[in-house]
Amino acid sequence: MAYSDKVVDHYNNPRNVGALDKSSEEVGTGLVGAPECGDVMRLQIRVNPETQVIEEAKFKTFGCGSAIASSSLATEWVKGKTIAEAMEIKNTDIVKELALPPVKIHCSVLAEDAIRAAIGDWKKKNGVAETEAVAAN
Amino acid sequence: MSTVTMNPVVPEGVSLPIYMDNHATSPMDPRVLEAMIPYFSGKFGNAASRNHSFGWEAEQAVEQAREQIARLIGATAKEIIFTSGATESNNLAIKGIAEMYRERGNHIITQVTEHKAVLDTCKRLEKYGYRVTYLPVKADGLIDLDDLRRAIDDKTILVTIMSANNEIGVVQPVAEIGKICHEKGVIFHTDAVQAVGKIPVDVQAMQIDVLSLTAHKIYGPKGVGALYVRRRNPRVQIASQIDGGGHERGMRSGTLNVPGIVGLGKACEIAMQEMATEAERLRAMRDHLRARMEAELDYVEVNGSWKHRLPGNLNMSFIYVEGESLLMGINDVAVSSGSACTSATLEPSYVLKALGLGDDVAHSSIRFGLGRFNTMAECDYVADKVIGIVKKLRELSPLYEMVKEGIDLSKIEWAAH
Repeated sequence: MAYSDKVVDHYNNPRNVGALDKSSEEVGTGLVGAPECGDVMRLQIRVNPETQVIEEAKFKTFGCGSAIASSSLATEWVKGKTIAEAMEIKNTDIVKELALPPVKIHCSVLAEDAIRAAIGDWKKKNGVAETEAVAAN
Repeated sequence: MSTVTMNPVVPEGVSLPIYMDNHATSPMDPRVLEAMIPYFSGKFGNAASRNHSFGWEAEQAVEQAREQIARLIGATAKEIIFTSGATESNNLAIKGIAEMYRERGNHIITQVTEHKAVLDTCKRLEKYGYRVTYLPVKADGLIDLDDLRRAIDDKTILVTIMSANNEIGVVQPVAEIGKICHEKGVIFHTDAVQAVGKIPVDVQAMQIDVLSLTAHKIYGPKGVGALYVRRRNPRVQIASQIDGGGHERGMRSGTLNVPGIVGLGKACEIAMQEMATEAERLRAMRDHLRARMEAELDYVEVNGSWKHRLPGNLNMSFIYVEGESLLMGINDVAVSSGSACTSATLEPSYVLKALGLGDDVAHSSIRFGLGRFNTMAECDYVADKVIGIVKKLRELSPLYEMVKEGIDLSKIEWAAH
């Protein structure tokens, strides 16, 4: 399978790899996928409690190159966004940015799920009302 | 991020990319090509032309190839039928026997890790009223001979079990299977594509009745294969599946691919001369590759029996790393993966699953297929490269991190998608 240059770039130089302290009140953690399916993404965000801006994002992904690239891109995109803005990120945006072929669309769906799961976790910790459905994890 | 060497030094004498996928196909041996060349133009005759020298010349070349093939597997030349390759050989054997022996019975026995050319042929026969038993394999990839004995009944006409597996290189107990089949009066066919020319195969000693082989796995050309069909003790009959001019004793019509057949013959001759020393060399390289990776990486597992295995096969899972991402990182090395992501179906390898491996382990597998033209220097480069990429990807792997922290992954409620 031929990979787009952007997928290769994220694979070779993944952005924001790592972990945040999941016990922190400011940190939301999303763990999505399953080892049997060949993809597991963990995306974490640290949210400024005053501004609700995502100031830091980290990920680790077990999965193919497209899954790694989708989650790497997701961390780049959520950084600097408010919680509300980050909820607007759609998997189709990721597909477009990375030029993912149809067989890899599920990687972008998983990245969107990971963002929503991380935000959902942060909201739960901080008692923020769920304004919309958050991907269950 | 990582301190590991992502781009190891390319050793002297190694040129990239490295081909290490010899179970898929093998490069042609220059000696084979040389033998074939005259038969493309100068000696272009039709081997079935009986009344001029062009035909005689082609026929002579074909008969010589028949001898070369027969010698390698302990058969006689008259027992060799030429085909377009092993897929055709398997189809012809299974369908041809099923049709010919329909009055005797309708039961066929095979096993779950066969190549699709066997499994899908058996599945088609099920549609036509045949009953097929798919024997399971043990965790090491071998069938249980007691399962085979129990599965044979008075309607069984054929047992088809591969000699060696294309993914995990596991070698089945062919001689024991042959013995059981002959005791019970059942025909034994084996898909020996991966075994012929790599390990000793003898149709007499192993009591094989019908055997499929192909040229391109043994450094010969693509598009040509053969089927061995026993003529004595017992005489096996096969109903033709391609009708026409009655070539190949009526079992397989169609003008013979003379250059291809010459190549197959030459490839068998070379294999016969060099198999023993080559196997030793391949085994040493394969063992070295395994030892290097096991020395520097944790959570690696060899898939399938180590003892009953082709000398050039290493199938390993690098757990907590997904196979396709690993392949992407070693893109100057041609190997294959049992990962779902490398297949069109998004299903991980059915062979690895048949061993009872979890999907996660199957997703992490890489098949290294060593061949005649690989070198120890290449193995070192490949080991360096794989070790570097696995370490890098494990830094990226949430699973590896969790396991290192002592978390039991099986206790987590994963949201399957």
